[in-house]
This record gives sequence, structure tokens and C-alpha cells, in this order.
Amino acid sequence: MEIQLKLNGRPLRAAVEPGTLLLDFVRAHGCASVKRGCETSNCGLCTVLLDGKPVLSCSVLAARADGCEVQTLEGLQAEAEAFVAFIADQGAEQCGFCNPGYVMNTIALLRENPDPTDDEIRAYLAGNLCRCSGYEGQLRGIRAFLDARGPAKEGHHG
Amino acid sequence: MAETKTVGKGVRKKDALGLLLGRPAFVEDVTPRDCLVVKVLRSPHAHALIRSIRTDLATKVPGMVAVYTYEDVPRQRFTIAGQTYPEPSPYDRLILDRRLRFVGDAVAILAGESEAAVDKAMKLVKVDYEVLPAVLDPHTALDNPVLVHPEDDWRALCAVGADNRRNLCASDRCGDGDVDAVLADCDVVVDHVWHTKPCQQAMMETFRTYTEIDPYGRLHVVSSTQIVFHVRRILAQALGIPKSKIHVEKPRIGGGFGAKQTAVCEVYPAFVTWKTGRPAHIVYTRQECQTAGSPRHEMEVHVRLGASKQGKIRALDVYTLSNTGAYSEHGPTTVGLSGHKSIPLYTGGLEAFRFAYDVVYTNVQAAGAYRGYGATQGIFAVESAVNELADRLGVDPVALREQNMVREGMRMPAYYNEPANACALDRCMARCKDLFGWDEKFPVRDMGNGKVRAAGVAMAMQGSGISGVDVGSATVRLGDDGIYNLVIGAADMGTGCDTILAQMVAECMDCDVDNVAVFGADTDASPYDSGSYASSTTYVTGKAVERACTQLKTQLCALAAKGFGCTPEEVEFTGDAVRRLDGSASVPLADLATRAMCNNTTAVQATCTHSSPISPPPFMVGMAEIELDKETGSVTVLDYKAVVDCGTPVNPNLARVQTEGGIVQGIGMALFEDVHYTPAGRILENSLMQYKIPTRLDMGHLQVEFEASYEPTGPFGAKSIGEIVINTPAPAIAHAVFRATGTWFRDLPITPEKVYTALHAQP
Amino acid sequence: MLTIKRYVRAQSLDEAYALCQKRANVVLGGMLWLKTQNRTVDTAIDLCGLGLDTIEETPDAYRIGAMVSLRALEQHAGLGALTQGALAESVRHIVGVQFRNLATVGGSLYGRFGFSDVLTLFLALDARVELHHGGTVPLAEYAARPYERDILTHVVLPKLPGRVAYASQRNSATDFPVLACAVALRPDGVRCAVGARPMKAQLYPGDPALLAGGVTPETADAFAAAVAQQAAFGSNLRAGADYRRGLCRVLVRRALLACKEG
Repeated sequence: MEIQLKLNGRPLRAAVEPGTLLLDFVRAHGCASVKRGCETSNCGLCTVLLDGKPVLSCSVLAARADGCEVQTLEGLQAEAEAFVAFIADQGAEQCGFCNPGYVMNTIALLRENPDPTDDEIRAYLAGNLCRCSGYEGQLRGIRAFLDARGPAKEGHHG
Repeated sequence: MAETKTVGKGVRKKDALGLLLGRPAFVEDVTPRDCLVVKVLRSPHAHALIRSIRTDLATKVPGMVAVYTYEDVPRQRFTIAGQTYPEPSPYDRLILDRRLRFVGDAVAILAGESEAAVDKAMKLVKVDYEVLPAVLDPHTALDNPVLVHPEDDWRALCAVGADNRRNLCASDRCGDGDVDAVLADCDVVVDHVWHTKPCQQAMMETFRTYTEIDPYGRLHVVSSTQIVFHVRRILAQALGIPKSKIHVEKPRIGGGFGAKQTAVCEVYPAFVTWKTGRPAHIVYTRQECQTAGSPRHEMEVHVRLGASKQGKIRALDVYTLSNTGAYSEHGPTTVGLSGHKSIPLYTGGLEAFRFAYDVVYTNVQAAGAYRGYGATQGIFAVESAVNELADRLGVDPVALREQNMVREGMRMPAYYNEPANACALDRCMARCKDLFGWDEKFPVRDMGNGKVRAAGVAMAMQGSGISGVDVGSATVRLGDDGIYNLVIGAADMGTGCDTILAQMVAECMDCDVDNVAVFGADTDASPYDSGSYASSTTYVTGKAVERACTQLKTQLCALAAKGFGCTPEEVEFTGDAVRRLDGSASVPLADLATRAMCNNTTAVQATCTHSSPISPPPFMVGMAEIELDKETGSVTVLDYKAVVDCGTPVNPNLARVQTEGGIVQGIGMALFEDVHYTPAGRILENSLMQYKIPTRLDMGHLQVEFEASYEPTGPFGAKSIGEIVINTPAPAIAHAVFRATGTWFRDLPITPEKVYTALHAQP
Repeated sequence: MLTIKRYVRAQSLDEAYALCQKRANVVLGGMLWLKTQNRTVDTAIDLCGLGLDTIEETPDAYRIGAMVSLRALEQHAGLGALTQGALAESVRHIVGVQFRNLATVGGSLYGRFGFSDVLTLFLALDARVELHHGGTVPLAEYAARPYERDILTHVVLPKLPGRVAYASQRNSATDFPVLACAVALRPDGVRCAVGARPMKAQLYPGDPALLAGGVTPETADAFAAAVAQQAAFGSNLRAGADYRRGLCRVLVRRALLACKEG
């Protein structure tokens, strides 16, 4: 079957199998940042934005994304660059395999809640597993970014 | 120590931004997509023989290229443990065997043009199994009539006390003094058995390998591995081909923690590519990772700890029963650390010790190397015994440790008589006590509504590389414009060793760390390195880097002296130039680099190789505060403080994150990560849905500090950090749970149900 | 492994209904549970084009479309007020935000999963489900039915007076519940649902007379003990039946007291 969607701003028309998962679809279309870490929707590595909402691309049929806008980290480099350097300054990227999913969900968090508390950050990112960092350095990085940026303006979008 | 400019600084990891921005870096990102898909058909039985296997229907599936069975593979046995040759792990594997030894063991290798074709073909392989009785309980394994490895060609290369006719993978005992006599003379003896599960490394990137034949007809292997050189040897043995025919490299690795110190998946695509000549890859599912991976050895550690009324720990008797599962990987070596990295912590007044072990084969998933490597299991037992001793004596467990701990300058009989050259364990304890607020938090506090808060403590040690075995090498080269290339065979698996070793180059060559480009690891290009495991890279390879830099400086001085027309003794290296000592001339490094590339016979690249006769232990203290709900049995970690002596922290940021990551893995082991088998030997925790690693809501707040010591044999005084950090949470949390409940939990993980049940069993 | 042979984005509920009469066809919810199953689906029927993703408020109820995500429920101010935060409390442990953006209320209730937090809470809230052919059915009745080939289109939460509380026990923060309890304390009595037993959630009457004199720590405990005696419990990987029975008494008591305090 054929689907049409917007991938990182670019209109895309493509043939897919009915069972093709969005994760495999975007990887096949050049978005290598999107990773698979499990088969049970538990790890968060495959997080993409579907019509602006963070979802697990391993659990969405590409067919369901027909007509939608899909964004991966490849399409949100500038928005990510604003804060990832602060995580790098903690050394909290570590192996990096979970990073794209976690960065994508952080983008979603900051769009939804520009001034999150530490507990709000933890709660929002709870579905992003990381086995290397112990999470604390990731939190320090986001906190350092927020502190350096100062209070967000109303309606701030990252 | 001398002032340093780059060593000791929290330099950003060289690959940090690329990783954070999701740039292609990992095996699946940097290898062609249009290669054969390789999958493994796995045994549904814990122990079986293949009576017959039919592959004709599977082979006929459109898109299928090959289906291989035990009849197709070479007959020589090997081990997939990534260890220096001759490996202590007995040779007990074939690529495919007629005998299947655990649920998940490889039955057939399938290769096809697409995943769909392979999946379809998988269902069409017809296997007739002769199901055999299985040995599932390690207690009954030794001398069981059912043998896991009855084969005649099973082979132990090293004298590790193995005997396949007894299901014995390794066995040994050692000691110092008369333990039984000292124990008989002790006022108090703590005598219990502690048990830990075969926890999974659960790195986010599962096992995966890509293989192809390169233009020279060689097998080119791109794998997520910590051990490129060992993989080359293992593949040569497994495939029966010369090592000259194999080239192994690793791209970025999505976490390892020891899992990728074993060549878990490499043989399958390598075999396919070698047979078909076609590019191939395998990507393990999470389920395969959980059930056919290489987890921690399940161990049962029996400790008898004897002490005087005054709190002097006089004797330690440790016996470990380790379950290596169906194959030998790391079985004979992990077990040693359960005693050799726990008993020496109490070198202080110890009069005698004994350490004995048996490692048995059973029909469950083979174990392997996981951060801590046996020390984690032994330290859980010994540290718990010490906490119990403190309770029985009615003394503060911190004070008891201060009375008995190993201190700088002591010789450690239980640690191969190595000296504690650099040991800040006492300072770690004092600092952690202060940081944590031990005196306020140790008393149990009732928070109302059935909740209590309590605290626990533990110490730990590890090694820094395998003494007398591990080899680290580094090549440092001056390039155009005065840049440096550092080439290593150690594998950065996210830990940051590329950056840490570059910091050492920058320090030695007095340049910016951005001026050092790092490459590794690649068996064709890198100087030999045993690989990144056993907490060796900073300590062993780091020293090689330091020595290579010294040698390069000598070369640069020689080259410059030739230009000046003087002797090398008359010049000095100043970082950005080489100058004559009399100040009459100077050549900038960039010009020297240019000169080196034209009509030059003086090398400006140095390769040094290092190995250490000792393995200096890092030390650590961890303290946990928990809240325990006595009505539900829930344990919540509130606060975890740790102070680490890793010698000189070369990069404190990376050392801190290593520590935090290790602590959270330790918390997982203590509270959540469980493994159950069905009566038929199938693992139930076969996914991240069932095997619960900690999320960021499960770990409380962490704080890590360092108490530096200076290890004279390490680069810039450094020891290691990678493994020790996982060792304190289990005993510290078990201690806190005891304080809250009055019950010692000696079986991990400590689940709410276990706590609840214990509380309700109390009179 | 899940294999899907055909995907249809239904143009109408009638079309979806007709398609789902075939055993090999499946209505997609969030696909999270379906995806973990080893089965072949002939036609995957997607309801995402039918406008079932909205929450309508009427004077006496909230009418929630089957495709509304758990995340939308969690964030809905009106539902938050109606349940005094119990709705958010019941779903906030479920894996993560990205998961809850996909998981649908229709999928959760149709599935009648043993582990379902949503089913547990909605039972205590006296929810009704609307089926395309079967009409409106009380959730308690629906939950007890075998799986039928009808389309769950909406769930209706009546605006009832009183207080609601939700309590669950998990082995780790985002794991399935070991036990889930929801209590609604209404002027006309108490509703108490217990889920993850590990069998699916069910309402238990307890002994209402025990609360006749008001909710106190003692009466709450007695009531909770009655519920724990009535309910059936089982064992699975996460815990055994005895522990669940013990937990039930604790969680029901706590939920009752939370209702009173609120």
C-alpha cells in the first residue's frame, strides 16, 4: 500500500507493507537516529514526534502515519543543539544509543513545559531507559541548560 | 603529583555531540542495509539431541539463501570468551552442535534476502529432537549422571580444575593461615550463604555484527565488540581459517558492560559470509539478548566470618558455587574475584583466610562477563556478613570497618600478596560518612503510616586490568600542522576511553585535547590490545599512551636536532616547538611535521606496549538511605552517596557518570532484576517488559565524590573505575532493609513480596 | 511476532463493524499489547479516522472516544477534577509519556487485561461503554463478558458526587501493577474495584455496613479486610496470591482514607 506523510518537513510518498512499523520506515528513509532497543515498547529509544506528540515508533504502523507529520532528531537538530551541549558537559551521553530517543522526548517535554521541575523532568522521561549513565548526569545537563537559559517566556517552544 | 593541564579535567567526550544529535555511528547505521539477514533457530529444550533436521522446505522459501545445521560447520571446538590465549575458559563450543544445552541454544543458522523470508523459513525447519533430562539446579550439577558436555573433544587449555565428566568447569582453593583453628577461637562467627541471580547487562544496543568479503578476499567484520583482537582469533578458530584472512573493527558501541567481551553473535554472520561470499548481518532481538546472551554468573557464596568481641575480624572463609550454565565463558575466572576482591578488604587484622570454589555446568543460558565480574557477588556476601557482625556486636558498621579495613602500604595476602600502593579507602569512608550524614541517618526513623527510613553501608574494591596478562598498546603519531593521531586497540563502549587517552596525549605533548584525533579499534590498523575489559583501559592502555608519548618526544627531538645540526641532548620539546637549550634556534611543531614528510628517515610515530605485573585495586564506599513501607514491603531508594578512590580521576565528569551508572545497575540488581526459569528451563524474564532495569524513577538521588590516591604504576597516578562502581548497592541496600525490618535478605533481588512475607512471618 | 496482511483505515463504524466480524481481523487500539503477540492478523482495522479521539462534556457526564489516549486522559482538566486526580494517578505509572500517547482508552477497556489500571479505576467510576451494535452497557457487565465482535466506540463517565482515590503497588515505578485498587466514596455508598489480582479488575461490595458510621482508620481497615476476603487472587511472575491479598487490605484501606481526607 502507499502512504503519504511529511518526514522532517519533506513530503514523502512511499509504498509500505501493511505491517511495516514506523520505526523501520523512518530508518529506511535516512533517519538512522531512531533506534530499536526492545520489542515490547519499554525502552523509548525509538521516540519520534507524530503530529508533534512523542510516540514510540516501534508501536505505530507506518500506515497509521499516513497523512501525518513525522519528526525525528534528523529534522530537529537546531532545537536539540540548544541543550545537548549541556548534557555533553556532564559526560552523560555515554554510549549514545539511547540519546536520540531521550533527546526527542526532552524536546517534547520542553515544548509542553518550558520550565519543568526536576521531578517533572524525571516523570516525563521515565519511559526513556538508559543503562550507562544512571540518569543523574542527564538530569544535571537539562537542569544546567534551564538555569543558563533563565525563565522561559510564555508560549516558549524550545 | 605535578600540576596537570588536561588530565584531571572534565573534558567533553570527543563523540558526545555526534551521539547526542543522533548521527550515524553504530553497526546498523554504518553498514549497508542490503545484506543478507541472518537469524538463528533456537532450541525449545534445555537439553536435547537433534535426531534429524530437515531444511529443504525452509531453503525453498523465496529469498532464502542458506540454512545451515550442525552437519555444515567445522568440527573443532572453541570458546567465545574474549580472553587472552590460551583462554582459561575451556573449549566447549561448536558454531552449531548436535547436542543442545539450553533453551535458546543454536539449532540452525538461516540467511536470506529479507527478514520476512528468514522468518517464514524459520517456521519450516523441521527438527526432530530427542529430549534429554536436563541439569537445571547448580546444587545437583556436580557429578550428576546427566552431563552437559559429555563429548570427547571438550578441552581445557589451562589448568583450571575443570572436568567435563563431572560437569565441572573450574575448581580451586587457596588460603593463608589455619582458618578452621582461628574460627574455632573466635568469639563471634557469622555463617551464611548469599545468592545472586544471573543478571543481564541489558545494554541498550543488543548484540550485532556485520560481515562481508573485502576486495582482498578477506572476511571483514564490523561488530559491536569490546575485543576486536580476540574476535579475530575466535572467528579464525571457529571457521578454521587463517587469522590473516580476518579483519575486525568496531564502530561506536551501544553499551557493553562486559556482555561484548564475549563473541556472542559474531560467528553466525561470519560463517554465512564465509560460505556464501555475501555481506550479512545479524541483529539480536532483546529476547535473544535476555535468553541467549552472556549474563552475570549466578553464584551462591558461603561466608564464615570470625571476629573477636572487640570487633577484630580475624578469619574469612569463603566458598563460592558458581553456575556457568551451558558453556564455559568466563566461568573459571569470574569466580576468583568473588573471594580475591572481597576478602582483601579486611586485610587489616585478618589472621587467616580460605577461598574455595566450584564452577558447574548446567543446562541454562551460559553466563559471561558482567561489570564486577564475580567481585559483585562476593562483595555482596562478605559485606553483608560484616554488617551482620556489626549488628551482633552492637557496634557501628562504619567504625567496625575503620577498625579492620585494608590501608595504604599493607600487603594483601588474599590478593596475590599485592601491595596496596595507593589506598584512600579510609578517606573514602570518612568523606562518605560526612557527605551522607551517617550518624543522623543510621538510626531507624519512623515516618508514620507504616513507613520507616533506614541506612546501610558497604565497601568495595576491584582490580585495574589482569595482572601479568592484559596488554595495552598505543601508537602516537605527529601529523601535518602538528596534530597528533592516537591509534588504539582498546574499545570505547561509551565510557569515554578515546577521550581519556587523548587527554593523556594532550598532557604529555602539552597540547589541546582537540589537537589529538583518536582511532580504534581495528585489528588491521590498531596496535595490539587485549581489549576493553577487566577495568584495564585507563590503567594499562593509558600507561602505553604515556610511554608512547615519551618515545615520540625523543623522536621529535632527534628530528629537530638533525635540522639544528646538534645532538638530541641539546634540544628540548616545548609542546608547540622543539628548541635548542641555548636558545639559538627553535622549530615550530608544524614545521617539524612538514619536515618529517619530506626526505626524512626519522620516525615521528611511536608505538608502545604495556602490561602490568600488578592490578592495583580502586576502592569505594557507598551508603544508601531507603524508605521502607512495612505494610506493602516496598523499598524506595532515597539517597545514595558514594566516594571512590580510583587513583587520579583522569576525567572527573566521566568517572562520575561511570559511578552513577554503576550504582544504578547495582540498585537494579539489589531490588528489581530477577530471573526465573520454568520447570523446563525457559527464562521468563525474556524482555524489558519482564526484566525490570531501573528507570529514572527507581533510583533516588545520587551523589558521587572522589578521594584521590596516587598509584605509582598507573598513568598520572590513575587506577580504574569501570567495574568497582556496581559493587556497593546490593550489600548497602540489604543492610538498610535489615535495619528497617530486622530481617537479613540474602537472596537478590529484595522484592516487596519478600520483605512483606518476612515481616508477616515475624512473631 | 505480529504479522499484518492488510491495513484498513475504516471510513465508517459500519465498515469497521463489518470487518471485525471475521476472527482473523483485529481492531487496532494503541497496538502496544497486540504488537507483543505472536499472531497473524488478516486485516488490521484502524479507527483513527473516525473522530473517536475526543472527550465531550455533557451536563451529567464525560463521553470519551475509544481512541482517546491515556495521556489525554491524564492531562484532561475536567476528568482530573471529577476524579480528584485519581485518573492521572492511575495511568502515570504506565511505562512513559510516549507509550501513553499511543495507548487508547478503548484498547485498554476492550482488552480487559488483568493488569489494566484503567479498567480498575473506571469500574469504580461506574463507567458505561458504548458499543456500536450492542448499545450502552455498564462497564462492570462488559468486563465480565467474553470478547465479542463489536466495536467499543465510547466510554461514558457519569458525573457522580463523592470522592475517588486510586492506589497501586508495583515492583518498580513503571512496571505493571502487582495490585491496583480504586475506591469511590459516594453519598449512596462505596464502590471498590480491585485489579491486577492478577486476573482482571472486578468490583467487590466489601461490607458496606462497616462504613455506616463513617470512614475511620478502624472501619476502613475492616472494610478493606472484607474486600480482601471476597476477592480472588492468583500468582504470576510478579507476586503470589497471599501477598496480593495482604496488599489488597492495605491499598483499599489507604484509598478509603484518602477519599475521606480529600
